[in-house]
Amino acid sequence: MKRARIRWHILVFLTPAVLVYTAVMMFPLFNTLRLALYTRIDQERVFVGLDNFRTLFFDPIWADQFWNALGNNFWFFVIHMLVQNPIGIALAALLSHPRLRFAVLYRSAIFIPTILSFVIVGFAWKLILSPIWGIAPDMLDWIGLKSLYAPWLGKEEYALTTLALVSVWQFVGIPMMLIYAALITIPDEILEAGEVDGITGLSAFWKIKLPLILPSIGIISILTFVGNFNAFDLIYAAQGALAGPDYSTDILGTFMYRTFFGFQLQLGDPHMGSAIASGMFIVILIGVCIYLFGIQTRMRRYQM
Amino acid sequence: MNKARANPYNTAAMHGALILYTLIALFPVFVIIINSFKDRRSIFREPLALPNSESFSLIGYETVFTQGDFFLYFQNSMIVTVASLFFVLLFGAMAAFALAEYRFKGNLLMGLYLALGIMIPIRIGTVAILDMMVATGLVNTLWALILVYTAQGLPLAIFILSEFMRQVSDDLKNAARIDGLSEYAIFLKLVLPLVRPAMATVAVFNMIPIWNDLWFPLILAPAEETKTLTLGSQVFIGQFVTDWNAVLSALSMAILPVLTLYVIFSRQLIRGITSGAVK
Repeated sequence: MKRARIRWHILVFLTPAVLVYTAVMMFPLFNTLRLALYTRIDQERVFVGLDNFRTLFFDPIWADQFWNALGNNFWFFVIHMLVQNPIGIALAALLSHPRLRFAVLYRSAIFIPTILSFVIVGFAWKLILSPIWGIAPDMLDWIGLKSLYAPWLGKEEYALTTLALVSVWQFVGIPMMLIYAALITIPDEILEAGEVDGITGLSAFWKIKLPLILPSIGIISILTFVGNFNAFDLIYAAQGALAGPDYSTDILGTFMYRTFFGFQLQLGDPHMGSAIASGMFIVILIGVCIYLFGIQTRMRRYQM
Repeated sequence: MNKARANPYNTAAMHGALILYTLIALFPVFVIIINSFKDRRSIFREPLALPNSESFSLIGYETVFTQGDFFLYFQNSMIVTVASLFFVLLFGAMAAFALAEYRFKGNLLMGLYLALGIMIPIRIGTVAILDMMVATGLVNTLWALILVYTAQGLPLAIFILSEFMRQVSDDLKNAARIDGLSEYAIFLKLVLPLVRPAMATVAVFNMIPIWNDLWFPLILAPAEETKTLTLGSQVFIGQFVTDWNAVLSALSMAILPVLTLYVIFSRQLIRGITSGAVK
């Protein structure tokens, strides 16, 4: 029997996915990087090399905003790493306890904020924290801490941290689920062997379980990093495109949106927008590379 | 297991911590929903009280129904989500089958190329995507969103599905080949039914981000007739920001569909995450 040289069915199977993926994702991605090297002068697209980046990094008007957004974005990420992931791990450790009753119920309930849209989350917290409605001050009053209350979202020094914590509240379910998945795959024999040696309870968590779930913690860290440097929706829903008060909650996503789409008096500039997008791309690429080459390869994986 | 772990104080402390966190997770949702059924005065006077016969009011919902076109928004969200999921699953399964089943030149390279998109967010290409949609006249159509979400969902779908398709036994497929089934028939009649659980996982993973996305509807389809529910509620709340009844009702209306989906699919979702499909 003679076989045709080209196996057409492989082409048929691959073509639709490759076509859509290339046309709508990869091509625009590289096209955006390319557009960052041009500018518009009198209705004409002119190649300017790295001029846009020079403007972005060094021109006082742009550089202030850019470094502000980048710094805010790092702070946003730091809060997630310091608050969201430890809480997620702690919840997962509790939920994975054998014979804990209602575990499914807790798990499903704690995951609910994660499925809500940023619009809902942003507005709901805005209302709750609002001094007009007064739920937050009233509740602090009950526990005698009313003096701590401030209109957090309206103060420059608190707004970003508050929004980061709202985002933590929303997404704590993801590390919880992934760590939970890792914890339940640890075989009982290992834990029992530890018990024989007198390692139980908390010390079993620190000495046995935590080293075993480190790879999952690595994955969560990089997911958090990519997600945070790509964030936009929550800030936009809660504070608008101007990321107020006085740009104190501006992150790369909102900065890029304002720049390329225009907002109020500012005209949209797709080329500067592309330059910011390229900046985001580079930051994310650096993060992913640090993870792939610096962390993942050095992490010990245990055969279980 | 052993008895040392059944210490009642420990158990109580664990439940205490979990109940506390569950309350923190549910409290905002609860406050929004109960207050959406109250009149304006009670919303401010006793925000934490349940609605009673005196304070009960549907005035907010009336505003939402007369002023906002929530049925249209809901319908748009539904069309976009279902169509995107359909294409992600169909195209994703086809490509995954090709990568998992056949040896051909460039198989590994193709796999790597398709996996790139797992880590790189599609939003970075927004400027060029908008350019392209303007050039092809797709701006302010639901197709623009469907295409973008399909492209966004494909990398992870292909990655997960090809992992699962490698586990389908070769003997089974070869037996089908001897019986004279074409490669297409093997894919459709044999492999697809066997990876149905993985397809469900992929669908559930993709469903929520698509439904909740604000970025692409805002940029690619902000017209009144193509607004999705997420964008529609954002705009509606922006306009009615001082009408607390309307805002609270609009929020509740936006929570309801996604909560319903979650109740239906939560088991699938949690099983998908915990089965290690994303590792």
